[in-house]
This record gives sequence, structure tokens and C-alpha cells, in this order.
Amino acid sequence: MHSYKLNHVQQLESEAIFVLRETAAQFEKPALLFSGGKDSIVMAHLARKAFHPARLPFPLVHVDTGHNFPETIEYRDRYVEEMGARLVVGLVQKSIDDGKVKEETGINASRNALQTVTLLDTIEEHGFDAALGGGRRDEEKARAKERFFSHRNDFGEWDPKNQRPELWNIFNGRKQHGEHFRVFPLSNWTEMDVWQYILHEDIDLPSLYFAHKRKVFERAGALLADSEFVAVQPGEVVDERVVRFRTIGDATCTGAVESQADTVEKIIEEVAAARQTERGTRADDKRSETAMEDRKKEGYF
Amino acid sequence: MSKEDESGYLDMDLLRFTTAGSVDDGKSTLIGRLLFDSKNTFEDQMEAVEASSEQRGDENVNLALLTDGLRAEREQGITIDVAYRYFATPKRKFIIADTPGHIQYTRNMVTGASTANLAIILVDARHGVVEQTSRHAFIANLLRIQHVVVAVNKMDLVDYSEDAFGKVVHDFRQFASRLENIVEITFIPISALHGDNVVEKSDNMPWFEGGALLYHLENVYVGSDENHVDARFPVQWVIRPQSDRYHDYRGYAGRVAGGVFKPGDEVLVLPSGFTSHIKSIDTFDGSLEEAFAPQSVTMLLEDEIDISRGDMIVKANNPPHQEQDLEAMVCWFSERPLTPRGKYVLRQTTKEVKALVKEVRYKVNINTLHKIEDDFEFHLNDVGRIALRTSAPLYFDSYRRNRNTGSFILIDEQTNETVAAGMIV
Ligand SMILES: Nc1nc2c(ncn2[C@@H]2O[C@H](COP(=O)(O)OP(=O)(O)O)[C@@H](O)[C@H]2O)c(=O)[nH]1
Repeated sequence: MHSYKLNHVQQLESEAIFVLRETAAQFEKPALLFSGGKDSIVMAHLARKAFHPARLPFPLVHVDTGHNFPETIEYRDRYVEEMGARLVVGLVQKSIDDGKVKEETGINASRNALQTVTLLDTIEEHGFDAALGGGRRDEEKARAKERFFSHRNDFGEWDPKNQRPELWNIFNGRKQHGEHFRVFPLSNWTEMDVWQYILHEDIDLPSLYFAHKRKVFERAGALLADSEFVAVQPGEVVDERVVRFRTIGDATCTGAVESQADTVEKIIEEVAAARQTERGTRADDKRSETAMEDRKKEGYF
Repeated sequence: MSKEDESGYLDMDLLRFTTAGSVDDGKSTLIGRLLFDSKNTFEDQMEAVEASSEQRGDENVNLALLTDGLRAEREQGITIDVAYRYFATPKRKFIIADTPGHIQYTRNMVTGASTANLAIILVDARHGVVEQTSRHAFIANLLRIQHVVVAVNKMDLVDYSEDAFGKVVHDFRQFASRLENIVEITFIPISALHGDNVVEKSDNMPWFEGGALLYHLENVYVGSDENHVDARFPVQWVIRPQSDRYHDYRGYAGRVAGGVFKPGDEVLVLPSGFTSHIKSIDTFDGSLEEAFAPQSVTMLLEDEIDISRGDMIVKANNPPHQEQDLEAMVCWFSERPLTPRGKYVLRQTTKEVKALVKEVRYKVNINTLHKIEDDFEFHLNDVGRIALRTSAPLYFDSYRRNRNTGSFILIDEQTNETVAAGMIV
């Protein structure tokens, strides 16, 4: 007899498409947060599937720290053009110039925390009532309790104790004026699922993800790229190594790993053998054990 | 995703399970053990856990900390919300809905159970079946979880005694006979702390003939949890590309909620009552020969009919109930009690209507499973049966027949809070 069965990745895909369509249907002005990282790329790919053959019923939003690897911006612009999507860019530099945030100082200065303000301003300026994010529950402890539809108060804050229970596949996106939602279609995906899906769907990624030669130095157990945005301290040694990035974020705090993996297949082998969660390479999470929870409360992705 | 894959990874299936137990039965330790022994924890996570254990002055590395999420909980030392965990073996990928055992959190267990195929109910071997055990079993049954594992934990503290285990089996079976939705109950004696019968079969209990917990989780058959009989397609979104190439394209996007649809099938559209035939079933990756739950697809019909979100496409010869009056079991989630004659927003599949609570039929004492017929006020965590009238007809099946079309939530119109989970009788 015929068996009506989906494998687990098909189930995840179907669920993500369902969530994307719910978002389009339940909100007046959603937007998809597009960082150029693999999770947001997979999410955009799924969005394209969800609304095919129509265009995406929402724009892509990029919160630009100004501290980008050039590869990320190249990729973004090419992607947007190919998709025929609309792009909205929120500039952290503008938030700084407007005096809304203060640039961090010191050797570990990063613009990661400042992104939150720029993101909330961009949401407000454009009147977005839902922001689709590529967050996964397996990434970090605080995220394990995140909902698909995550309610934010009118300051954009997340209150872990005041989230709506989510039953079955029924999502409650009702809100008061001024409130908005973060929506996470990839909630149930793991890092391995994302990579396997990228392989299976033949999704093009920024070159940063693949092994390449780069000048790097070690700081607090992480390998940082030598770039115009970081000041190398006395005693820190810059040398060229073969590395790749496991996440793509602010160039000041996204650590590289030494790797020879220059294809998706090789990356998958590496992920399978990896003994570090991918956020383990991000210096901003190491600041305190509850760092992620603190930033989420303030409205971080 | 239609292409076949050779790698094997994509061929794994998915099992969603939930865990329930009273506080201190060892739930967090068990989950930590499953993640740890199946090599699904990472070095940096372990380092963080070791550091925290040391700071708290715990004697052993506290595996429970692996799964303890939020700061407030860490401070109070209890889990207060549903958290989701992931792990995989070469056979299956698992999603755990980790729900707290704290007394007032029936709501969390109901939430975790709503998407689960299987429930693990923990029992402390020293205490045996207690009031909360029956509560957990009742909820698993109410949410129609067909597979239950009773994990009798802390066997090390009862000298791995077969009698202690036997007593739990006996006591649990006694009241479980009344729980008609549970198809299969499996009992496994374990020690979460020491790892007996969790991932590897234990040498300490040679009298136990069954397999270890993980073996069971990898092999239990859960293929029939979706309904593949009654064709139901709630329309989520209408795709109308504003482009020259797809000028006349009108696709109904949604997720199949039951049954199987094929091109050529005669379908009935609710509420309009028009019939048509399926022209094609589209996805980004091409057209499908058939679509079944839980696939997300786009349906095209032969005739132009006005269809919008909240409508339902079904097979003409097998329609769902279409009524404004329903009877349902509900679990109350809000601090504000249910008000008799109260009005709420009801959301079922992709449809939203207003609903009036006509009558509370009874509440259930979930510890004794007795009906309470002289107290009609529903408070947080109460479970019982109510009668509702909706502002427009709903298209539904009984929850027992179809979890997708038989479930709903109630929303408070003022606060927008989700105040209840409902299962249509
Ligand atoms: N001796 C023994 N202790 C256990 C076992 N499982 C858990 N514990 C201990 O019981 C206590 C409560 O466990 P925990 O996992 O936090 O329980 P939870 O409240 O159900 O999550 C902890 O001190 C554990 O170390 C077991 O199998 N044997």
C-alpha cells in the first residue's frame, strides 16, 4: 500500500511555508529580516516557494551595521535583484549620527548591540507589524522557549513570561496598536537541517561560508578577521590562515573557524563532527551566560 | 522538495514527543541524558553547564542545566515554560516539548502535548503512581497522544527492584483503561542519573526484557497520526501574481489538513457550496500527482469561484460538519476566569469567528477523573466541557477524527491573549 509520509525535512519545509503564509495573511505589513546569513537566505528561499509564482508579499529588511564583509553586501544586492524583491536598509550609522545610540568604545567594541535600536527604528519608520526572522530554537538556550509568533510590546521588548501559548498549528497574531510580532518560520530546524536543505535545494551562499585564505588573529578564544573595523592590540598576532565563517554578522565580533571545507558537502561533514555550537564562535554571546536572553528582552532578533 | 535524496539524512522521519512528570522526578536529567548520551550536546554547552554547576555548588555536573533555559527559572530552580529541544540519531530526528511538572502548569503540558506524537510520563520509582501521574495521563489522552511511555525513574534508589517496577505497571494500567485514545503504553525502568536503559540497555535490570528508551523512541510506529481519509483543505492565502505572464493565475495556498487530493477530483467549496474540479496542485518545485496532510501546496480549480482565506475546499462526497453550535472539551489558560455567556474570538484552521459560551456542561477533576457538575467556573488550568455558538458556521471534524480540523483556540478580544485550547467533541 501507498504510504503517505513526509520525511523530516519535508515536514519542516511544509511547516515553514505554512508559517510564512500565516504571516502574510495575519499581518498588514510584514517584512523579512535579511542579514545575508544562511538562515535568512533559507527563509527567503522558503518565502519564494510559499508565494510562487507571485512575488514576495513583503520586503526584505537589512539592518546594516556598516561593519560588513564586502562579500555580504555583494551577495545581498545580487540576491535581491534576482528575486525581484524590495529591499529596505536600516543603517546603524544613521542611528549613531542621529544620536540615538552611542558607539561602543574599547577593544571589543561591536555594533551588534546597537542593531537592536536601528531595527526597532526601521520597524517603526515603515510601520512593519511583523518581522520574519531566521532564528532557530536549537541555537541557544533562551531561544528554546521562543514561539513561532513572538509577541513584542510597543517598546519592541520580549517578555518571556508573557508569551502566548501556541497550540497545534494555530497562531494568534492579534495585537494592540503599536505592538508587533517577530515570526520565526525556522523555529524547529537545526543547524544540520539548514545545511542539508541548502545542499538539497542547491542554494547559493555568500563565499564567506566556504574555506578561504584570510588574515586573522586570536582574541578571547575566537578567531577574528583583521579588518578596518577592529584594532589589533599589541601582543595579538595577525597571520594568514584558511578559515570559514559559521555565522555572518558584524565583522567586529563574528569569529572564523579554521577549516578546509570549501563545499556544502564538506561543511556538512564538518558540522556532523563539530563539537561547538555555531554561536560558540560569536564573541557577543560569551559576555555572559544569559547574554542572549538579555539582548532578546531589549528587542534583538 | 520533491526530488529523491540519496544521502540518507533527508530520509529520516520525525518524532515529536513531550515529557511530563512532577517536580524532581528527573525530567530535566533525563532529557539532558538523552542529549548527552546520543552525542547531541556540544563542547561549549557542556563547558557552560560545568561552570554553572560549580558556581551553584552542585556535587555532580548537573545535566538538568543543559535544558534549563531562562534566567528566572535558573534562579528559582524550576522550569516554567515549554521549551523545545532537538536531537537526532541516524534513524530519526526528535523534537522534545519539554514541559514543566509544576502543579499550576497544566497549560504548559497541554501546549506541549498538542503537537506531540508520543508522551513520556515520568514516575519516581520510590513513590509510584501519584495524583500527578494520572493528571499527566489524562492530558495525554485528552490531546489524543496515541503513544505513551511510562518511564519509571530512579530505579537505582530502589535497588533496581522488579517489584517496584511491577507495582507502577499495575497501578498505571488500572486507571489507564479508562483513557480510550491511548493506543499503546510502554513501561521502561530507568535511571536518568546513571543512564540505565536510557540510551543503552542496562545490566542492572536483567529481568527487564524490553529495550532501552531511545530504542523505543527510534522504532515506535507513528505513521498513522494524520488523517488520510477525509479530504480537507483550509485556504490560507490566495495567490494572484500581478504579472503578465501569470495574468489569470488564481491559486489557493494552504496546508492539507486531512485526506488526499488529486488533480481531477471533484471538490466542494465551503461556505459557497460551489463545486468544481482540481485543475492542478502546484508547488514551487512543480505540480504534484497528489497532496496529503501536512503538505503545503497551492490548488488550482477548473472554475472561477470566489474563494478567500477561511474557506475550506473538501471532497464533494465527504464534507465536514458545518455548524454554528459545537460541543468541546477546553482547557482554560487565563488568570481571568471563563465568563458564562462570555464572548471570545475563536480561531480554527484558518478561520476566525466570534463565539459565545452557551453553557458549561461540566468540569473534570483531573486528579480523580471525576466529573464536577456543581461548579461551573473555569479558572486557570481547569479542564471541562462547554457548548459554544459561533457567529458563522465552522467546518470541522471531531478532534478525535482529525486533530487539525477538530482543534481551536479562544482569544480574549480585549487583551488578545489566548485563553483556551479547545477540542471539538
Ligand atoms: N538517584 C537518582 N537521582 C536522580 C535520577 N534522576 C534524577 N535524579 C535527581 O533528582 C533531582 C531532580 O532531578 P531533575 O532532573 O532536576 O528533575 P525535574 O524537576 O523533573 O526536572 C536531581 O537532584 C537529580 O540529580 C535518578 O535516576 N536517580
